[in-house]
Amino acid sequence: MDNRPLEYDYTVAKMFMLTTVVLGIVGMLVGVILAWEMAFPAVNTMLGEGLAEYTNFSRLRPLHTDAVIFGFTLSGIWATWYYVGQRVLKVSMAESKFLMFLGKLHFWLYMLVVVAVVGSLLMGITTSKEYAEFEWPIDIAVVVVWVLWGMGLFGLIGIRREKSLYISIWYYIATFLGIAMLYLFNNMAIPTYFASGGIGDWYHSVSMYAGTNDALVQWWYGHNAVAFGFTVPIVAMIYYFLPKESGQAVYSYKLSLLAFWGLMFVYLWAGGHHLIYSTVPDWMQTMGSVFSVVLILPSWGSAINMLLTMKGEWQQVAASPLIKFMILASTFYMFSTLEGPIQAIKSVNALAHFTDWIVGHVHDGVLGWVAFMIMAALFHMAPRVFKREIYSKSLMNTQFWVQTLGVVLYFTSMWIAGITQGMMWRAHDEFGNLAYSFIDTVSVLHPYFTIRAVGGTLYLVGMFLFAYNMYKTMTSSRRVEESELQNASPMGA
Amino acid sequence: MFHWLEKHPFFFAVAVFVVISFAGLIEILPNFAQASQPVVGTKPYSTLELAGRHVYIKNSCNACHSQLVRPFKSETDRYGHYSLSGEYAYDRPFLWGSKRTGPDLMRVGNYRTTDWHENHMKDPAAVVPGSIMPAYRWLFKNTADIDTAYAEQVTVNKVFAVPYNAEIPMADGSKSTVKLAATLEEAHADALEEAKAIAADMKDQDVKDAVAAGQIPEIVALIAYMNSLK
Repeated sequence: MDNRPLEYDYTVAKMFMLTTVVLGIVGMLVGVILAWEMAFPAVNTMLGEGLAEYTNFSRLRPLHTDAVIFGFTLSGIWATWYYVGQRVLKVSMAESKFLMFLGKLHFWLYMLVVVAVVGSLLMGITTSKEYAEFEWPIDIAVVVVWVLWGMGLFGLIGIRREKSLYISIWYYIATFLGIAMLYLFNNMAIPTYFASGGIGDWYHSVSMYAGTNDALVQWWYGHNAVAFGFTVPIVAMIYYFLPKESGQAVYSYKLSLLAFWGLMFVYLWAGGHHLIYSTVPDWMQTMGSVFSVVLILPSWGSAINMLLTMKGEWQQVAASPLIKFMILASTFYMFSTLEGPIQAIKSVNALAHFTDWIVGHVHDGVLGWVAFMIMAALFHMAPRVFKREIYSKSLMNTQFWVQTLGVVLYFTSMWIAGITQGMMWRAHDEFGNLAYSFIDTVSVLHPYFTIRAVGGTLYLVGMFLFAYNMYKTMTSSRRVEESELQNASPMGA
Repeated sequence: MFHWLEKHPFFFAVAVFVVISFAGLIEILPNFAQASQPVVGTKPYSTLELAGRHVYIKNSCNACHSQLVRPFKSETDRYGHYSLSGEYAYDRPFLWGSKRTGPDLMRVGNYRTTDWHENHMKDPAAVVPGSIMPAYRWLFKNTADIDTAYAEQVTVNKVFAVPYNAEIPMADGSKSTVKLAATLEEAHADALEEAKAIAADMKDQDVKDAVAAGQIPEIVALIAYMNSLK
């Protein structure tokens, strides 16, 4: 029998690695512009009055969230899938022309959707639902892209040599199923052009659900898009990349089982915490609140499993910036999944809802956990994909500290801003009248908005360092032998 | 069992799907029929109001403004009566928002006027010193899309039986009717009539001229919508 190691084919993985970097920069650049607009409103017209419609806060805000979620993060998820999938299933994409074709089609159709999304959001074509802003023609294209990925996913599983599915594969399967279910139900809409016999814009649609029901479905989706976009696939990554990079076995199989099935069952219930004190029935709000607290268990299960994987090997955290990224990601995951449940407690939510504290929470999760993990994954993949060592270790270290400082400035300023504003909204004077007019509660936030913008800018600077490091790795770094690619990734000075 | 599942991807996927479907079935489905009943006084949107709602959505006003008054004294003092589920019966999509960078707008029609909005949209900081809201001057130039608003009215009337051309009970015991035009031309004429009433309260000469010439700028539709929020 041929004893040669399998040659994996990373063509599709490379394509998605590129879009991860590019769309990451785009999404975060838009975010930084938004942050400066909130601190200094004059930035809204930075390209002049004529283009103000396209540069002002409200038009750019959906572009920021969607570029980071469906651009950067989704690209990262797919880049790692087309890398990890082959390796843990022990098959190469090159073995099936069909799967290779599917993968490339998946990528190019996805590119098409990205272009359509950017164009339509800038034109103000939106359904207004958060993270589900796309109108029905784009929704259909999204479904096609998703099905293509699903075919590739199950196709590769179908021809696998390793019969047992590794933990990461569980999470990729769950990502596929979860998003499919959520996206379909939340985007149910009726195109008005066809229903009215050809009147008005052809792409316009009206939601199948009204008012409170619409809110309920939207936040069941919105919350769980976070679950299956920002949590499940990122856990898939850390379960593969941390043991690989550190050379340590996953600490506990039983804990990973508990965390996986626990997460699957509990996460979906917690969507109600976005609707506390709204007009949805009280029992659903309570359910959302209670399950959010229960959610700490499976979330911390995975995070602790990862931290304990490093047991006895903590010197690696000091030595390797790549391990640093993953350990900090895992720590931010714990932090963020504790903060979320706290905000879901009814009395805390009464204060926190509608304020910047929520914005802070999202960003410590996404910048600290999601983005750090995705970048760590790409750093680990780069030497294996390009057969070159990582260009610069010191640049990686610099990036790590610049971005960590950025995240810390971001969430601390947003905590203060959110709690300050929440307290001022509810403050009454001695006669029972409101103590502050609304604008008082906005003006007071200026310093925190400025600090946040600085934090975001630092993070973006880190993204550019990341892009430069990746570019040099790809083009001019020292070539490496297969034998150097066992565990710790080779890095230049 | 788990070892077996891990070797059988199909059954594994089925198991995951069953586990993640639970919450939706139990939390979302039972509420559906109940929550969409309108309360007394809740009317569907007129063509111009709906066109204004589209302008609101097009510019993501909901990114910074909520339309949900929570049942706290501090909120009812500031914004009026707390929200009732039935008040949203004709809101497709809902526009509760998730962030209050600016104040809630659920009942803005009760305390702001046409000319306030006009001045505010042109230069927010001139009306509210310290405001960080950007100006929305292009709304005075762009034309509102009456066609799409009318298409949506026809759609919701046909598919969801939204009661246009039907008597709707009001809080004071009277009845009110919201018209659904029979043709697109009629819808345009009705919207223009409504627009004229709003333009009469505005100062911007370009807007007045446009309405006089039969065009409806986005700002007029948006103000019609915001005045309807009560």
